[in-house]
Amino acid sequence: MTHTQKRIVVNNVVMVLSALSALVGMGFLFWILGVLVLNGIDALNWAIFVNEGAPPGYEESGLKHAMIGQLYIVGVATFFGVPLGILAGTYLSEYGQKAKLAEIIRDISDIMMSAPSIVIGAFVYAIIVAPMGHFSGWAGSVALTIIMLPIILRTTDDMLNLVPSTLREAAFALGAPKYKVIIQIVYRGAKAGILTGVLLGVARVAGETAPLLFTSFNDNFLNTDMMEPMASLTVTMYNYATSPYEDWQKLGWAAAFILSMFILGLNIIGRIFLLKKRGK
Amino acid sequence: MATIVDIFEEKALEVKDFEFTYAGADAPSIKKLDMPIAKNSITALIGPSGCGKTTLLRSFNRIHDLYPGNKYAGEILFKGENILLPKQDLINLRIQIGMIFQKPTAFPMSIFDNVAYGMRLQGIKNKTELQDRVEKALKDAAIFEEVKDRLKQDANGLSGGQQQRLCIARAIAVEPEVLLFDEPTSALDPISTAGIEELVVELKNRVSIIIVTHNMQQAARVSDYTGFMYLGELVELGRTEEMFVTPREKLTEEYITGKFG
Repeated sequence: MTHTQKRIVVNNVVMVLSALSALVGMGFLFWILGVLVLNGIDALNWAIFVNEGAPPGYEESGLKHAMIGQLYIVGVATFFGVPLGILAGTYLSEYGQKAKLAEIIRDISDIMMSAPSIVIGAFVYAIIVAPMGHFSGWAGSVALTIIMLPIILRTTDDMLNLVPSTLREAAFALGAPKYKVIIQIVYRGAKAGILTGVLLGVARVAGETAPLLFTSFNDNFLNTDMMEPMASLTVTMYNYATSPYEDWQKLGWAAAFILSMFILGLNIIGRIFLLKKRGK
Repeated sequence: MATIVDIFEEKALEVKDFEFTYAGADAPSIKKLDMPIAKNSITALIGPSGCGKTTLLRSFNRIHDLYPGNKYAGEILFKGENILLPKQDLINLRIQIGMIFQKPTAFPMSIFDNVAYGMRLQGIKNKTELQDRVEKALKDAAIFEEVKDRLKQDANGLSGGQQQRLCIARAIAVEPEVLLFDEPTSALDPISTAGIEELVVELKNRVSIIIVTHNMQQAARVSDYTGFMYLGELVELGRTEEMFVTPREKLTEEYITGKFG
């Protein structure tokens, strides 16, 4: 065998192996989605959206309480996490750059991004739930904000860094003050990327269960008072799916399906923005 | 000492005993440089890579100040004032001394908003005034005919040459007194280059121009004065038509005849 023939063989072997690995990964993904869709759609009906939780065996039980609770907890976390994350990312990229403080913040947020979310749940339990004496929606939102923050902060930092420095220089050269350069030129140039980071950050926390078990806990009925324990789709799903009652298990599938579609939707929208940005 | 030709015009800028040191560097990148810049003329800066010509150009609007730690010494006089003093208002300085960059820097907004950007910074809100001045700037930059029907469209849809002329329109819209060009055609094709060169020559009636270029033919084609820099020093400043024919310094001669660079 000549050298060239050998290279062609090696090339083909590697190609087949990597394609197989990709297929295995994709296979599991579609398996999960398939099972989820089959069971989820089967469990879906209109009653789920209008009824609150009920004891097992009741006809009129639903997930309204969990969906609304989820929106409250994630909504509040987004409300605080997004501006904080974007502003912190702006500091890193536009003001901190290579300053020591900026480097430390980058390192810490990278560590936080890979920290197990249950640890953050336990932390919030210690600083909010324990002193208050009870679980609350607020505590859940705080935990999710903490998880969301490093994701948004780092994507903002990265996306702002992608804006060419000549664009900033050109704005400064026209006599623009720094804050106007950031708001009018840099943000505008990084718009799609920042939005993607926000969507991915929200999608990430929307699927969290562990930190909520420690913080917002659960409620089988509709509650919109953030000071009280609050239902969420994830914790409800966990409770219903692990219960011995068949109708509750079905609701668990429905919750899993609704949540997955919501997160999948956010992710797809996020990718579309990113693709559009690259396409330019 | 550099050989500097007598300049009979009024001076737009005067560099005196100027030194520039980049943040963290031990030695200055520009050393004890003296150089007059004639008003309403085009002065080209030539020299091999790393000779400090762009560094000098970027000192005139103090764009170096965006990056911490850079140090200036000596004087650059503009309207009788030393612009290197800490009290210098940089926003005001940059309104009067505009800059065009190597790569076109169209902002991510419409063509109209790009040109209006500098005027809006100065607080001009009157719609008709903005419209008139944007149109005039685009005409002066010889791009109006090409873009008049799509002023509301994203400026990034324009070609490189068009974007560069848009940047020139944006710079002249605020009516600066000096325009700095940092290799404005190095990213452009020959036809766009010819267009920009023609435009630069037309502009000198209204502004004083300093242009950094890698291309000696370009310096010879457009400029009235040429400064040859080498290793952070000005070797020779002469009238362009004389300097390319009979350089007074041996180093200049070697550079323009292609012996190094």
